[in-house]
Amino acid sequence: MTASAKHLEITLETQVESVNLAEEMCLRVAEAAGFGEDDCYRIGMSVREGVINAFHYGNQERPEKKIYLAVDITSEKLIIHVLDEGTGFTLADVPDPLAEENLLSTSGRGIFLMRAFMDEFDVITGRTGGAEIVMSKKLPVPGGNSTNGRGGEETAPKRGA
Amino acid sequence: MALRATYRDAGPVTVVDLSGRITLGDGSALLRKTIRGLLQDERRKILLNLADVDYIDSSGIGELVSGFTAVKNQSGELKLLQLTKKVRDLLQITKLYTVFDIYSDENTAIRSFL
Repeated sequence: MTASAKHLEITLETQVESVNLAEEMCLRVAEAAGFGEDDCYRIGMSVREGVINAFHYGNQERPEKKIYLAVDITSEKLIIHVLDEGTGFTLADVPDPLAEENLLSTSGRGIFLMRAFMDEFDVITGRTGGAEIVMSKKLPVPGGNSTNGRGGEETAPKRGA
Repeated sequence: MALRATYRDAGPVTVVDLSGRITLGDGSALLRKTIRGLLQDERRKILLNLADVDYIDSSGIGELVSGFTAVKNQSGELKLLQLTKKVRDLLQITKLYTVFDIYSDENTAIRSFL
């Protein structure tokens, strides 16, 4: 892993353990950046879902493929990139998990959760040709004393777009 | 924290006490194994006590739904008890709060099966 004041990146194996490792790493970064408990939970969950997506859908659980995780902190926000070595996908093709016919589906909620928990979310084609999830959250307001570090903003998760 | 599961009888209802995280890997696998095991024992009235489950990811949600469907397909019922705030919020935003029968009181939950 290389590290500077505002950039971290790590290459992960395509294995279940990478999901926990990525979550823990990003949680530490989010805490250090001043995010409160609720936002840390949302960031951790989003990273977890991003890496699950790369592990399962992108890399098809093939151990020879890698997952690339990067975290950037700008003056305004925390930005997370999760890149796989799959064939990519288009967001518009992802079924809506809230549709009546999908409510009892046993999968397909990861993208929805990332959208719900982060301020910005997109999927682009990465340098590997695979899907690159890019998501961000605004940094907490300095001096804010709310439990979520967002200056008293309500703590319930917002709905996805 | 790894998921732990124990179960006990409350009349015809099997109460499964879960603690830890229901996430991709061992947590989801243990929940699946527990529910399938109860069905094999012909226990079809299942109450999952989630009071000590503080974290569920999309894999865990999928496993809850899978268990709900598996029990229902065998003419049984699977209900949820004592959700933590995080789990309740997750089920609300995924609209599963309307799918599951959810209780905050164990006695009320058990009576609902009778």
